[in-house]
Amino acid sequence: MSGPDMQGESPLFLPLVLVGGILFGFGLGYSHMARPEVVLDFLQFTDFGLLFVMFGAAIVTGLGFALIPRLRSAAPLTGQEYTRRLKSFDRNVLIGGAIFGVGWGLSGICPGAAYASLGIGNITILWALVGMFAGAYLQGVWRSR
Amino acid sequence: MVTELIDPSVYDALFPEGITRYAVGGVFVGLGAVVIYFGTGIIAGASTFLESTLSYVSDQSRFQRYRYDRDWRIVFTIGIILGAAIYGIFWQGELWTTDVQPVRLLVGGLLVGIGTRIGKGCTSGHGVCGVGSASKTSIVGVMTFLLVAIGTAQLVMALEVMP
Repeated sequence: MSGPDMQGESPLFLPLVLVGGILFGFGLGYSHMARPEVVLDFLQFTDFGLLFVMFGAAIVTGLGFALIPRLRSAAPLTGQEYTRRLKSFDRNVLIGGAIFGVGWGLSGICPGAAYASLGIGNITILWALVGMFAGAYLQGVWRSR
Repeated sequence: MVTELIDPSVYDALFPEGITRYAVGGVFVGLGAVVIYFGTGIIAGASTFLESTLSYVSDQSRFQRYRYDRDWRIVFTIGIILGAAIYGIFWQGELWTTDVQPVRLLVGGLLVGIGTRIGKGCTSGHGVCGVGSASKTSIVGVMTFLLVAIGTAQLVMALEVMP
């Protein structure tokens, strides 16, 4: 997925990533996922709307990931072949998922929604971002050994 | 007589804010990922940004392997913030801040940061892109964090920590 050859292929690479990020972040704002309270409403069974966000998005990516490889053989801006997001399964998926779940249930915040939350003016979310960077750092130092 | 598929009172209880905002927002999230996929072949999740950005300040091998990823991931994250700001300016019309206590955000964020890296993905990587790829690993990952998060949030509510 990554390599020295991947960037600089096209001057449109970063602008396109920016446009994709804007659509992604707009969706998180519009769906109110950038508000931890609304995520907690789902986890506490008072508003099940989050299911429509996650599955709505997964249906769109599912269609895109299935159809685009049939239209073209490689991505126009990088020359990269189209693949799917398939990661190997091991017990880390369960352990990490459980740790993630405790954090998500406690705070109502996940990485993408935290970035979007800054955009809607939620300066308080910096606490969560500091926590996420610290967590990723601790895990990375531990893994690098 | 035609019987409603879903009783309106049940619908109101499950979806007090309706479903349109959620479904429309979800489609935009998916579109953002598909636009990047079409142009670049990259399947973008949100949480690798944490590690790739740490490669600017730490020489740990775990972060350095994302060195070639880190610039575009910053642009992606800036895009997410800008996109949400467009919603904030034109729809929300005012700044919005959370009432969730800072200590919960900090500790929750810490666990999210650790968990997403051990577990190979977050709500966008596993939840949107992985499920969209029909990946069994991602489906198991989503089920795991969803169930644990529901249990945790129910406990928080039972202990009457609000909101």
